[in-house]
Amino acid sequence: MTMFEAILLTVATAATPLLIAALGELVVERSGVLNLGVEGMMIMGAVCGFAAAQQTGSAWIGMFAGILAGAASSLLFGFLTLTLVTNQVATGLALTLLGLGASAMIGETFVGLPGVKMESLYIPFLTDLPYVGKFLFGQDPIFYISILLTIGVTWFLFKTRAGLTLRAVGDNHTSAHALGVPVVRIRYLAVLFGGACAGLAGAQLSLVYVPQWVENMTAGRGWIALALVVFASWRPWRIFAGAYLFGAVSIGQLHAQALGIGIPSQFMSSLPYLATIIVLVLISRNKRLTLMNTPTSLGKPFVPDR
Amino acid sequence: MKEKRINGSETPLLEADKLTKIFGTLKACDEIDLKIGTGEIHSLLGENGAGKSTLVKMLFGALQPTSGHIKWKGEAVTVTSPAMGRSLGIGMVFQHFSLFDALTAAENIALSLDEKTPLDTIAVRAREIGEAYGLPVDPEALVGDLSVGERQRIEIIRCLLQNPDLIILDEPTSVLTPQEADLLFVTLERLRSEGKSILYISHRLEEVRRLCDRATVLRHGKVVSQCDPRAETAASLARMMVGSDIHVIERHPDEGAGLQQSLLVEVNGLSQNPRGPFSVSLHDVHLSVRGGEILGIAGVAGNGQGELFEAISGEVLQERPGTIRIRGNDAGRIGISARRKLGAAFVPEERLGHGAVPDMSLTNNLLLSRHSTDRKVFLSGGALKLVAESGLASAAKRVVAKMDVRKSAENPDASALSGGNLQKFLIGRELDRNPSVMIVNQPTWGVDAGAAAHIRQALVDLARSGSAVIVISQDLDELFEISDRIAAMVHGRLSESVPIKEMSRERVGLMMGGAEHAAPQASAGVA
Repeated sequence: MTMFEAILLTVATAATPLLIAALGELVVERSGVLNLGVEGMMIMGAVCGFAAAQQTGSAWIGMFAGILAGAASSLLFGFLTLTLVTNQVATGLALTLLGLGASAMIGETFVGLPGVKMESLYIPFLTDLPYVGKFLFGQDPIFYISILLTIGVTWFLFKTRAGLTLRAVGDNHTSAHALGVPVVRIRYLAVLFGGACAGLAGAQLSLVYVPQWVENMTAGRGWIALALVVFASWRPWRIFAGAYLFGAVSIGQLHAQALGIGIPSQFMSSLPYLATIIVLVLISRNKRLTLMNTPTSLGKPFVPDR
Repeated sequence: MKEKRINGSETPLLEADKLTKIFGTLKACDEIDLKIGTGEIHSLLGENGAGKSTLVKMLFGALQPTSGHIKWKGEAVTVTSPAMGRSLGIGMVFQHFSLFDALTAAENIALSLDEKTPLDTIAVRAREIGEAYGLPVDPEALVGDLSVGERQRIEIIRCLLQNPDLIILDEPTSVLTPQEADLLFVTLERLRSEGKSILYISHRLEEVRRLCDRATVLRHGKVVSQCDPRAETAASLARMMVGSDIHVIERHPDEGAGLQQSLLVEVNGLSQNPRGPFSVSLHDVHLSVRGGEILGIAGVAGNGQGELFEAISGEVLQERPGTIRIRGNDAGRIGISARRKLGAAFVPEERLGHGAVPDMSLTNNLLLSRHSTDRKVFLSGGALKLVAESGLASAAKRVVAKMDVRKSAENPDASALSGGNLQKFLIGRELDRNPSVMIVNQPTWGVDAGAAAHIRQALVDLARSGSAVIVISQDLDELFEISDRIAAMVHGRLSESVPIKEMSRERVGLMMGGAEHAAPQASAGVA
């Protein structure tokens, strides 16, 4: 395996959790709900995924456990914000705090235990192709899921009727309600999808990225995912670009530090954040398009009046 | 002849029998009987608060009647939801459109059709229906970019695609130019000839007389008359609606014309880029108003009137100080309070949230707009700026008495007042200062006829006392009633103003469509 291949693979592994979590949050926000609990749902996915895999010995069971844990956390958020109509910002922040605390408790007995790493794909001949073989045909299943998700979410949002309804709910929930669209039900489904994605992203961290459990191992990736959604103007392919850019710069700066370039390491570590934000701000500088894509009823509580 | 068709052997399409709706202690609709025949344009007349929208909501399924029955094609029905109304064949075109700004026209239409219709065929069908009924629309256009007239077309096409037997139109022409309204009437007459029935809600009496076969007039929730509007005059219809004769504005057409008073407000070459996705740019706007004069600015909503208002009021500052001049002072770079101190007063279009804070009392709202101009009266304690409640209370009382504001409590919240009464208060709040420059955006929008007459008279009186008044309005009748000169706004450009004596409705209609004194591209809207 060449150096080039190795870098490509690590970039993809670093970008995948951000991509998946951000796509989930994109769908949630397109429906008009702001769930700031991505970090909390992610860490729940990470710990439950690790625990399930460690107990059963199967990384696949771990992955599904992670998805379920994320979805269950989001269901709590949905019940609070959609049924009880609590403040979405406060509830999302609380969900993050809850997730961080609960995961530390659940994971206490798993600290330091060896994890189960998800097997990478191997197709004879194809995977052995020079330069791109490993990248295209030799990665872990969650990488392929993330690519399918990007295509799927784009198709769903812009080509299907259900996606149209979801965007309509996010644009103007009062009008949508007047047309007989079940606003609350659609938002529940979107929130659940977002939670499942965050859980999957978390499971990727503890099953692929670093197959072990470390407290607070998401390390702010949930917040990056949230920022990606906004800076990508709520569009899936821009999220893809942003996630890979972030992955590339964070891996690149590690290599640069290893080469001993005389730049303070603190600056280098902050580079991925800086680069991603600058690039996404540049591509989203068309103010009109951005406002056009911003879900107008984002974060606004909906109470149907009869 | 029409009588026969309705009361004869043929069953009416829709029959309401003693429909009543009670909200708390208020009888919004009181035993209303209504019959709409097949192929009939039926007008529903009444002032604000007469119960028109409550009645329509019950027919459409958005509200449930407290008592009474609805018969549809001769059979008793309970319309439990708008979706059920639609499936029966009742379509509704709302006054405040229920469209999604961020979606395209076709997507907006798709949302109200059943799930089986594939998305790609909707654009084609919408185009076909639009062409067939003279309602051209571009299915790919984003609704947020469209004019109000075009949005209305989408609402109507959306309604027609469901193939309804009864179409309810709520104040459809209130947002259209006279020419656009004429196009709408052609469409409606064509629908009638195809046997569809239309329930037409309007307070424009000439329109109703021209278009409608029958009229039901409501007042205070009760039916006061069912008549053939063609056999009535506009004045007799108005009398039925209001219950008394409407106050006629006292002014002479020559007034204000020959005055040689000084220029009190000037706008010189105001150009401005759009400030948001749905905002309009202004192009080289010039205007000047002398003391004693009322300048009326006509135009279809969304052509830059709101932006012009914000530029003159100081909500948006200009680059050059001389772009806006108030009483001879350059005011382009100073804020709202400083402009008020120069003697200007402003009443914006939106009453709740812009003109007044809904959850604050009337006296607090009074203080908010006048804390700097009337500091000595309303604030005490020197630098502490304590609120002088007594001064505020007496000023509020003065405004309430002068403008005949009707309210339920001594000092209610702004949101507790009806639209007309709040508007009277907001205009009175500014008039109380005797401003030398007054600019009002849509002074009587959604205000009932009695209150509207009161507001117009107050504006005329202010001008006669020597002030310069600018009235931005979509209501041409209003502008013709009170203006000395009329100009029209289209696509962010302001036409030359024309003295009222040389003005006609046709001419102002052409100006509003951009045919006169405007860029060539603008004329497409009329043709």
